[in-house]
Amino acid sequence: MLELSNLHASAGGAKILKGIDLVVRAGEVHAVMGPNGSGKSTLANVLAGRPGVEITQGRVLFEGKDLTALSPEDRARAGIFLAFQYPVEIPGVANSYFLKASLNAIRKARGESELDAMDFLALVREKVKRVEMDEKLLQRAVNEGFSGGEKKRNEILQMAILEPRLAILDETDSGLDIDALRVVANGVNALRSPERALLVITHYQRLLDYIVPDFVHVLSEGRIVRSGGKELAFELEQKGYGWLAAAAPR
Amino acid sequence: MSALAAARDHFVERSLAFAAAAGRRDPAWLRTLRAEAAARFGEQGFPSTRLEEWRYTNVTPLANVRFELGGDTAPAVSRDEVESLGSPLFACSVFVFVDGRFRPELSTPRSLARGLHIESLAELRAGDSERLAGRLGRLADPKRHPFVALANAFLDDGACLIVPRGTTASQPIHVVQLASGAAPDRVQHPRLLVVAEPQSHVTLIQDFVSLSGARGFTNAVAEIEVTDGASVDLVLLQRENAATFHVSNLEVRIGRDARFAAHTLTLGGGFVRNDLNAVLEDEGACLRLDGLTVAGGKQLVDNHTVVDHAMPHGESRQRYKGVLGGRARGVFRGRVVVRPGAQKTNAAQSTASILLGEGAEIDAKPQLEIWADDVKCSHGATIGRLDEDALFYLRSRGIGEAAARDLLVQGFAAEVLASLPSPALAEGLAELLREQMRGAGAGEAA
Repeated sequence: MLELSNLHASAGGAKILKGIDLVVRAGEVHAVMGPNGSGKSTLANVLAGRPGVEITQGRVLFEGKDLTALSPEDRARAGIFLAFQYPVEIPGVANSYFLKASLNAIRKARGESELDAMDFLALVREKVKRVEMDEKLLQRAVNEGFSGGEKKRNEILQMAILEPRLAILDETDSGLDIDALRVVANGVNALRSPERALLVITHYQRLLDYIVPDFVHVLSEGRIVRSGGKELAFELEQKGYGWLAAAAPR
Repeated sequence: MSALAAARDHFVERSLAFAAAAGRRDPAWLRTLRAEAAARFGEQGFPSTRLEEWRYTNVTPLANVRFELGGDTAPAVSRDEVESLGSPLFACSVFVFVDGRFRPELSTPRSLARGLHIESLAELRAGDSERLAGRLGRLADPKRHPFVALANAFLDDGACLIVPRGTTASQPIHVVQLASGAAPDRVQHPRLLVVAEPQSHVTLIQDFVSLSGARGFTNAVAEIEVTDGASVDLVLLQRENAATFHVSNLEVRIGRDARFAAHTLTLGGGFVRNDLNAVLEDEGACLRLDGLTVAGGKQLVDNHTVVDHAMPHGESRQRYKGVLGGRARGVFRGRVVVRPGAQKTNAAQSTASILLGEGAEIDAKPQLEIWADDVKCSHGATIGRLDEDALFYLRSRGIGEAAARDLLVQGFAAEVLASLPSPALAEGLAELLREQMRGAGAGEAA
């Protein structure tokens, strides 16, 4: 589904990713772990197409197509979803209006009919229940004045509504208490299917107790320095990231 | 001779002809009012940019055109044309003026409350003209405002609303000021007089629209008296064509424990200058001014406010927002005066602008003059661009770039629309704004 080969990327003039190779197949859950500054968020942003993050070398294929030529909206329409580390507040735009505009833009791109207000309401109510979110947050401006946990639930709600092929979770666990973490993880797990893939980016192993990955990759200074199964996450939890400095870069 | 002086002479000459034609059909007080105004206009002429109040706004382009009043034949306008102007707004009582003249056959007055109806000045002065004497022209001062002098010199028709004591209008009153464009370079002087008697409540929409793309000049004057315990909401909707010069002078007096709110929504007009002068003339007066400008192309939109706290315990809040694209220019100059003895005044003023294009420009100038010591006054001005992070966030959810920009602009405007006196009105105007943005080719539908 997703294929990165020798991917180099820079942001704000600084070289951040320095040659990433990664293959994610449908049905798989991959975790990317690493210390602060290792390039985790840049990896998430380069896949979603954030302006200012530039691919300088290598390539990214999504379902066989070159992603680099696609705008952020076309990537979303192709089925890529990024759950933001810091969801953005949008004053004056009602959450429900935003969700509907977003879903209908994606449905249109898929050649499906747009949902009317009634059908949309029924769908959104069901999904809101699943992420245990207060329905009142639908009428509020997008993320404005939401608590950290509410913002993250709102990300998962969007994911549940948009049903992407590839979901990238950028530090979705940061700032969550254990209850919120469980809710967010349940939302993510509900989406797991043989047709979908997940890329879970996290600093801590904690989230992986709830979203159990098939593969774990360790990112350090813009490169994947180790890959393994879920047991690698436990190892990292015990040893920390200190050993990375000693690990020989390729 | 300079362009300003030549234009002055043109209008002075036309005002003499107008007065001669009106002859003896009008009451003496009205003839005197016109003659004095014509003299005041002749003395002042058009304001130059040397005057502090006109520093950012050069009226030479206006002075370069020889505008003429419409003739005696009323331009043909159909009800369908009126109704096509925006159905969400037309659910209420509608009064239509074309080129400044009342057109009863296009109007749909509904029963609002006992004793409450809008009247045209032309009809009123033919009949019970003494009701107007002393009220018309009381607040708007031709000595201080050349455009008021100009409007008074041609004073002819207009809308007059006297809300009787204790009366609450059951729905908004919609006054439509149409510029027919039947001939190019027409000038109209739409007039509005509102007296809200004690403990009365009313919402009024004054809607300026062009029926064609023809160049025109609208010189509007409104006088609003909000007496003790009364409450008035005024929505000024400015959506004339891009070739129109629009100058508006709004004079407001707010009495004891009375409340006035103006919502100025400027979506159209090529050259727009709004002067809003409000005096909080008794204790406990309350004033809210909200403004929203959405401009592009080469539009100029200039909002000048003077808020005069004359007595203690007054409260005023001003919030002006602008979205400027293309080579549009915005001006906001807000002056707040707190007179000696106007203690416990609470005055806040803020202006926020978003510049969408490299060529767009905003000049914001807040000004506080405080002569009392126990007051709370604040002001703030922000100027920025659309939030790039928010734009990326929307796009990452499949919303196209142009639609995402539109959505952010609508979000920015939403705060001002939310201040409108009814949710139905807010939704109607939000829809109008979306249509306008679609019409401007600004974006694709989300």
